[in-house]
Amino acid sequence: MASRPHFDIRRQPGFVAIALFTFAVLYLPIATLVAYAFNASDSVTVWGGLSLRWFVEASRNAAVQDAAWRSFVIATSAATVATIAATMAAIATTRTPPYRGLGFKYAFINQPLMVPEIVTAVALLIVFSRIKVWTGYSGLGYLILAHTAFCIPFAYLPIRARLESMDSSLERAAADLYATPWRAFRRVTLPLLRPGIIAGFMLAFVISLDDVVITEFVKSGGQDTLPTYMLGQIRREVTPEVNAIATAFLALSVLLVTVFFVINRKKA
Amino acid sequence: MASAGETARQAERKQIRGRWLLSAPALVIIFVAAIGPLFVMLAYSFMVKGDYGDVKPGQYSLDGWFSVFFQRDIFDDTVTFADAHLSIIWRSLRLSVITTLATLVLGFPTAYFIATRPRHTREVWVFLVTIPFWTNLLIRAFAMQQVIRNEGILNSLLRATGIIDQPLQIMYTDWAILFGMVYVYLPLMVLPLYASMEKLDFRLVEAGYDLYASRLAVLRRIIIPLVKPGIVAGSILVFIPSLGAYVIPRVLGGGKNLMLGNLIELQFGAGRNWPLGAALSIALMAIVMVALLFYVRNAARSGAQHG
Repeated sequence: MASRPHFDIRRQPGFVAIALFTFAVLYLPIATLVAYAFNASDSVTVWGGLSLRWFVEASRNAAVQDAAWRSFVIATSAATVATIAATMAAIATTRTPPYRGLGFKYAFINQPLMVPEIVTAVALLIVFSRIKVWTGYSGLGYLILAHTAFCIPFAYLPIRARLESMDSSLERAAADLYATPWRAFRRVTLPLLRPGIIAGFMLAFVISLDDVVITEFVKSGGQDTLPTYMLGQIRREVTPEVNAIATAFLALSVLLVTVFFVINRKKA
Repeated sequence: MASAGETARQAERKQIRGRWLLSAPALVIIFVAAIGPLFVMLAYSFMVKGDYGDVKPGQYSLDGWFSVFFQRDIFDDTVTFADAHLSIIWRSLRLSVITTLATLVLGFPTAYFIATRPRHTREVWVFLVTIPFWTNLLIRAFAMQQVIRNEGILNSLLRATGIIDQPLQIMYTDWAILFGMVYVYLPLMVLPLYASMEKLDFRLVEAGYDLYASRLAVLRRIIIPLVKPGIVAGSILVFIPSLGAYVIPRVLGGGKNLMLGNLIELQFGAGRNWPLGAALSIALMAIVMVALLFYVRNAARSGAQHG
């Protein structure tokens, strides 16, 4: 290489420009959305100066409060149940010699990731609408159950990854010291597994919070979550209030993802 | 010795039973609220549609599947192709393929750019790709709407620079859906591409230049073949959700530019043809399964090559 000292073998013409363009494309729409959330005027087309007006209006809107609370209840319940089920499933499918049905379990647990959401959504609509008629119950249970199902693979992934990287000698040592299996699990496995479980829960929580399609098809009347409420609003006329809700939502997601990254980095 | 082997096998069997019990909650929940309903839907696709939605219990027919492709004239019973459905299916396939190609054209240089940064800054760039990825899909579609609508910044920019004097009508066209899908699914292309480029051995690139290869030849003959698994993974990850897109065409495409997802919804709403909706859903799932199968086979082959 001495004959051509300035020749950079990593360079490809135009790649840097396209990459920077891509980053601009990724952030320009979000930046626009956030900017208009702070717009003082009544419309998303005319800029009327900086103001927090629409954040105040959104937070006072009873329908928004209602939807936000419902989103929180569903995401918390679904993520909790999904994390417990996924932790158990992860323990049952890692650090074991392959046994019959192991591959089947993997496929089963990851199934919600493989099927387009709209397909699952209408299938649930078919089944749940029947059950709603039969039982007369049309509460939040359906939404929580549906969310739990598609949250399980997301909770499962980090928990399984954590388990696989864990050293089983500590648990064996506990067993050698006459700890019962349950005690060994509580005092040794669970504390070691905690970062994976927290990551899994957060991932499940964000996934549930974000869901639009399945919620839209499964919900009964008056069961809007924040995303389905926004979907309804976008269809009608758009005021910067939707921008304000979206911006608050965005801030929460970014916060959760950042925390998730930090936790995962500490692990590595 | 025989009895020792016997007890060991018994212990092993007991352990496996324990493992099934432990995984039971997850399996049951997914069966009840994801896999089971798909089978019910498969059955529905072979039933007779009810007059006000739903189906007539106990009556079976192939009408649902028939009307995916054909329509029967009400007056003279002549059978013709169901152009409306076929054109929507065609649009879905076309837009998904274009989206995949566009994200590849933008995503490949982006992933390469990240992979060639100094090690400590790579993480920051990856994080910058991850943030939009975790942002709500609906919010991103809505954000794109604000960019491309007639009074949006794209049109303002084009008018300010004098390129156009009338706003471009992008909203409620196929272009709007395309812009939305490319924007939303870009991270799904960049991330797997980056994962395989990160492992790229630049000594091979150097060897190429030593043998007087041009930059284009190095790209075509060395880099692209080496990161092919990433290209395939990214393309599958973009193609599958594009094909099943529902929110993006609904927000950006308006009522006329439907994609398969919206056509399915229509059958369960105003269309009141649940068997057709079920058949369309199964068909969509079948296409996705074929794409996944292609991916798995490809992954297995390249795994065999490198491993």
